[in-house]
Amino acid sequence: MTLPGFPEAAPLAGLVGGVLIGLAAAVMLLGLGRIAGVSGLAAKAVGLGGSGIVSGGAWMFVIGLPLGALVVMLASGGIDATFASPAALAIAGLVVGIGTRLGSGCTSGHGVCGVSRLSARSIVATLTFMATGIATVAIMNALGLEGL
Amino acid sequence: MRTAITSLISGILFGAGLALGGMTDPARVRGFLDIFGDWDPTLAFVMGGAVIVMAIAWRIVPRMAGPLFTGEFHLPTKSDLTPRLIGGAALFGVGWGIAGLCPGPGIAALVIEPASAAIFVVAMLAGMAVVRFTEGASS
Repeated sequence: MTLPGFPEAAPLAGLVGGVLIGLAAAVMLLGLGRIAGVSGLAAKAVGLGGSGIVSGGAWMFVIGLPLGALVVMLASGGIDATFASPAALAIAGLVVGIGTRLGSGCTSGHGVCGVSRLSARSIVATLTFMATGIATVAIMNALGLEGL
Repeated sequence: MRTAITSLISGILFGAGLALGGMTDPARVRGFLDIFGDWDPTLAFVMGGAVIVMAIAWRIVPRMAGPLFTGEFHLPTKSDLTPRLIGGAALFGVGWGIAGLCPGPGIAALVIEPASAAIFVVAMLAGMAVVRFTEGASS
């Protein structure tokens, strides 16, 4: 299925993927009473959360992420992925790590769990990171840095 | 044990959804953010699908005495819009735009392109450690 005017878009795969992400977050919420926020759980898994305690549950969630991607990779015969240079990945990772802790969440915690709860903090955070993400890509493209 | 298994199932579903939805391809994510250029709307469908399912889940929560497998809900209670929240989100967006990766896809991509994803994930944990150790327990 394609979208008229957007030959690269994969709306159906996107929607099915999104529903799976929603189900994953619903399992966490209804099963364990917690938010499936990846930045928070990743921090907890390595003892960088608020309590400083290494969380076994968080570890299991974090290990599940690549396992789930592996299932899709094996079932589909490969996943297209084009990554930035090592330097860009290192800078981006550092900024994402600092930003998500200061901002108390990322695309999953704020963008999916918080927005669907109509949390004002999450809606503001999501609009903010969407805006700066869009601006960053626009500026990089304008400077000819899109292949960085 | 039930916590561990439930967390693992949630993580596997989440990782599969990210991979299927195209979020583990940084080029596609940057295409979504490139609204002034060659825009790829795929991720709007990913977020839409996830938000619809979770909106239903949130409607179920008030009808439950507690979560299915643990004692009580541990949900965010803050409601104030602080400079820290907005500044942190702004920074996160810059990093998201630079490499086209956020935390979930970065970790999931460890099986897709291990070397590249590992650089991102290690740097991300270092960034988290910077916040943790400059602010101590307050973060």
